[in-house]
Amino acid sequence: MAYDKFNVLTSTVVPLSEENVDTDQIIPARFLKATERKGFGDNLFRDWRYDSEGNPKKDFVLNDPTYSGKILLAGKNFGSGSSREHAVWAIYDYGFRCVVSSFFADIFKNNCLNIGVLPVTVTPAFAEEMFQEVEKNPKTEVKVDIDAQTITILSTGNSESFDINSYKKENMKNGFDDIDYLLNIQEEIITFAEKT
Amino acid sequence: MMEKKTLFDKIWDAHVVKSIPKGPDVFFIDKHFIHEVTSPVAFLNLEKRGIGVMFPERTIATPDHNVPTIDQEKTIKDELSRMQVEKLRQNCKNHGIELHDLGTDHHGIVHVIGPELGVTQPGMTIVCGDSHTSTHGAFGTIAFGIGTSEVEMVLATQCIMQAKAKKMRITVDGELGKGVTSKDIILYIISKISASGGTGYFIEYAGSAIRNLSMEARMTICNMSIEMGARGGLIAPDETTFEYLKGKRYSPKGEEWDKAVAHWRTLKTDEGATFDLEYHYDAADIEPMITYGTNPGMGIKVKDQIPTTDGMDVNTKKSYLKSLQYMGFNPGDSMRGKKIDYVFVGSCTNGRIEDIRSVAEFVKGKRKADNITAWIVPGSREVEKKAIEEGLVAILEEAGFKLRQPGCSACLAMNDDKIPSGKYAVSTSNRNFEGRQGPGSRTLLASPLTVAAVAIKGEVTDPRELFEESPVEI
Repeated sequence: MAYDKFNVLTSTVVPLSEENVDTDQIIPARFLKATERKGFGDNLFRDWRYDSEGNPKKDFVLNDPTYSGKILLAGKNFGSGSSREHAVWAIYDYGFRCVVSSFFADIFKNNCLNIGVLPVTVTPAFAEEMFQEVEKNPKTEVKVDIDAQTITILSTGNSESFDINSYKKENMKNGFDDIDYLLNIQEEIITFAEKT
Repeated sequence: MMEKKTLFDKIWDAHVVKSIPKGPDVFFIDKHFIHEVTSPVAFLNLEKRGIGVMFPERTIATPDHNVPTIDQEKTIKDELSRMQVEKLRQNCKNHGIELHDLGTDHHGIVHVIGPELGVTQPGMTIVCGDSHTSTHGAFGTIAFGIGTSEVEMVLATQCIMQAKAKKMRITVDGELGKGVTSKDIILYIISKISASGGTGYFIEYAGSAIRNLSMEARMTICNMSIEMGARGGLIAPDETTFEYLKGKRYSPKGEEWDKAVAHWRTLKTDEGATFDLEYHYDAADIEPMITYGTNPGMGIKVKDQIPTTDGMDVNTKKSYLKSLQYMGFNPGDSMRGKKIDYVFVGSCTNGRIEDIRSVAEFVKGKRKADNITAWIVPGSREVEKKAIEEGLVAILEEAGFKLRQPGCSACLAMNDDKIPSGKYAVSTSNRNFEGRQGPGSRTLLASPLTVAAVAIKGEVTDPRELFEESPVEI
């Protein structure tokens, strides 16, 4: 379904340096039982965020008031494992609009683009610099410009460009999803299906 | 001269409705499987848009992820699970979609019933809102997991928007040693390539060791392609494939069968076609494997020690130690002899009849260790029925295993089949992520044979140690 348009995002950053964060960590399977897309943000990183009694774990970054923002900075191979889109719903519903990592799992990245969370792949060196700058000063702001396809650490001015295919870019900028496109070419699809 | 194509190219290219310049392909899907967890929001969105299902006959449904594995014939106690299953029933009814409901002859894990019914056929494109859809690649299909937005796209238009993946070929040649199974092959490959090494690729598995495997064993390999980050994996169809499919409910019949087989025989990579990346392994180097950490790439031979942190960079080391701490292990520890609490035989990876046969054969006349709780969960009703008919269930119960009803069960613990916090489970499933089998649970992945050996000894054991005749030296 339609989501908020994405153009330029300037925000502070929440750093999560763990590598190989799988979608079971982003949202554990037992929270996938909804029949509507509601309230997933509450269970984002549930078992890292809360203990078994439901009390916030102080040492987890989402519970640390020092860090906030709409950009999640993640370690490499973020979003591996299950194809559950619920993981991205949780990220979006929590308030993130952009995830930055040096390496994303494939299905996760697709799911992000389908619901309006921008996955930005940066070089390992740039990710490292972001981690360091945010650690030095949690108020460090990062600017993500989808049109220019650039990400900039405002405190250092260092910038890097990122890839996104032009079709997805237009979708993100306009808040469109693929169904709008596919429904427009229904006739072509039906003709194709008749041949198979 | 004709362009040399890989098997992946041939199937992919035949399913492109149109290509968007500098964008993805509009990719046609032959068969779509749905289950209760990742489909309800897709149907809800269709309703909101006021549109229906374009080709309901191309979608097949079954509830598997959250269903109980005891008392399936009764009303599901967990309210949220019950609602999801009811929604699936309602959606299937409203849209005319074939449903294999709880208690019916072909109920089971979606990736087990697809092949059993003959829905899965060579050359097809298959998707499902589940990453282990890659299982169907064993039949020479392009099969992969999708998100709920894409489930909605397939329901609405039978297409998704996909960029073509890069191509990788993994060749395993030679003969597997005694006690070494296809699960060991794939755990070995993932330990070499890492949990992210396949990202961006679609894998073709080839070589004599793969060719010699049964369909069940091939499915185990393709199933875990996603565990190295690959979208999917496939194996060219051959006589083994045709033999498996012959006579299945949805397999072509009579003349149609002959025509289909003639076409399926063309589904192989052309000599001289190129891949973006190739790996070669020797089957003789592969031994029983087990994982020690919290991603499937963290695997070693059962006889080996957990790797040390030598040479790791700071972030990798931090994540590695956090993972071992979660598992309660130390770098350098031997895996053999680690005390285990649970064993789980089941899932779309190893919940098929061949898996249950191999466990039953191994534990026949033996008894599980007292410290072990042993669950065996067939992948489908058909597997369950065969296991009973063949006397396997009697053998397993004699050995102290508890048989449950079909479903995903303790693989992801969405139902009550949870491993308690802090406890160790050696599982035939596919993921050893933190909390995967229940909050705080610790999972070690292994083959059904290794799981059987662990059940008997009560600790991590190389199955070859328990072969009565001609034990293999390790």
